[in-house]
Amino acid sequence: MESQALLVLLLFVLVLSIFLGFELINKVPSTLHTPLMSGANAISGITIVGALLASGGEGTFSSILVGTFAVFFASINVVGGYLVTNRMLKMFKKK
Amino acid sequence: MIAFFQSSIFVNLAYIFASILFIFGLKMLSSAETAQRGNLVSASGMLIAILVTLAQNEIIAYEYLLIALIGGLIVGVLASSLVKMTSMPELVALFNGFGGIASLLVGVAEFINPSSTTLIQIIAISFTVLIGGITFSGSLVAFGKLSEIISGKPLILFGQRFVLSALLLVALLLVLELIISTGLLNISSQTILFILIGLTLILGVLLTAPIGGADMPVVIALLNSYSGLAASSAGFVINNNVLIVAGALVGASGLILTNIMCKAMNRSLSNVLFGGFGAATASSEGSGQIQGEVKPITAEDAYLILEAANSVLVVPGYGMAVSQAQHVVRELGELLEDNGCEVKYAIHPVAGRMPGHMNVLLAEANVSYDVLAEPDDVNPLMETVDVCIVIGANDVVNPDARENEGSPIYGMPVIEVDRAKTVFILKRSMAAGFAGIDNPLFLKENSRMLFGDAKDSISTLVSEFKS
Repeated sequence: MESQALLVLLLFVLVLSIFLGFELINKVPSTLHTPLMSGANAISGITIVGALLASGGEGTFSSILVGTFAVFFASINVVGGYLVTNRMLKMFKKK
Repeated sequence: MIAFFQSSIFVNLAYIFASILFIFGLKMLSSAETAQRGNLVSASGMLIAILVTLAQNEIIAYEYLLIALIGGLIVGVLASSLVKMTSMPELVALFNGFGGIASLLVGVAEFINPSSTTLIQIIAISFTVLIGGITFSGSLVAFGKLSEIISGKPLILFGQRFVLSALLLVALLLVLELIISTGLLNISSQTILFILIGLTLILGVLLTAPIGGADMPVVIALLNSYSGLAASSAGFVINNNVLIVAGALVGASGLILTNIMCKAMNRSLSNVLFGGFGAATASSEGSGQIQGEVKPITAEDAYLILEAANSVLVVPGYGMAVSQAQHVVRELGELLEDNGCEVKYAIHPVAGRMPGHMNVLLAEANVSYDVLAEPDDVNPLMETVDVCIVIGANDVVNPDARENEGSPIYGMPVIEVDRAKTVFILKRSMAAGFAGIDNPLFLKENSRMLFGDAKDSISTLVSEFKS
């Protein structure tokens, strides 16, 4: 029943994080809608952690290959997402 | 010492630290003063998570992953630095799709890896594939529509809803078969997974294709939320909290944005997703009798009115992005200010093709963000505005939203430009807006149409001011 306890723990974390997310970004000025979206999008590239483990960990040739493609796409998401957000935010200036 | 950095306690503490940085980063992203630092905070959280993962002794081979990492790095750097600001919506959509496919592939890799897969993991893999696949193909369709590779018009297939529900049902049955494996289908579980992937990709296309270009802000925000949920779901596959936390934060923020966009259009999410807005044009009849005539104005006459104005409100829409007019708009704004006029910009939340689209373009043109106002701020003071300049916006300034109960957009909060003393409408022709709805604003007593490309018209105004 080890795995059930783990599942409950992970679900617990999930539920709390969703509520935290709603509280965290409740009031966003519309000026920041695009950067917030692309910044959040970069965070969703966290899946790269799973991709790295699949690509570099133990596995069959096919699972490693699939994992490697996952690393490729996730790293575009991460790198591109953060850079483009930074590029936009640099432009927001108050005179 | 090295052993400590590879121990699971250190790795997990580092993941917790990364989660904290994501939380602070997102929080800081929601305020203009701290946003840029917030993005850096969140990026350093990501860097920590990646480095710690790479140092783990679970990773035994680095050749492939390094090639993929470097490849992704190069593509990411090039794409983010070369793309023009006006193409930002499609780039964000594309990155979003890549996040979705990455989560899907993580699920697949774990599935075909022969090391023992628990029941919980199989359920998690099914969901990851489902959400990841929909995010990927949906984002690609959104990318296609935004970059105008495919038509932005809503594409309604016969019996769309029926086909969608049927496919979704089949997908869920396949998931069920993966979980309990009755063997009724007499095919291997891998084949089932591949059929499931195919189905999710079709589902993503079917969900996005019927949505028109003007509704894109909602779709992008929603897909953004999905990509977070896919990552969160992948966290259940590999039993990793940092994926669950980060993914859930993104899922929540995407939903908040989606909700803001829906409210700004006074429509429910299901109406946006399944309404096929703009496909049915024959909906406004009866009270929709429009009277009056269109009164064109030349740039020279418009200049004379602007020259005498004390307060000007600029209302940009997608047309400003299309004609790349943001820089000349800023120039005109500065000339007006030098002339002793107060200049403000009113931005509707759904103007453009993604949330905050107009704000990004005006920021690119160096317009200070404190003169960008929201509809609620400008509407009460509209009577005091001498001239409203509407640049390529249509539905977000349509008075029918307040006056005509038969109009499809009745009830949508709009910028009430018709209450200003004079309204200039910059438009290429009299063609209807994206949603295909008539706009009585063009025929109002105080409206003047300035026909032509927005950039050319404003450039003419600018040179009039300079001469």
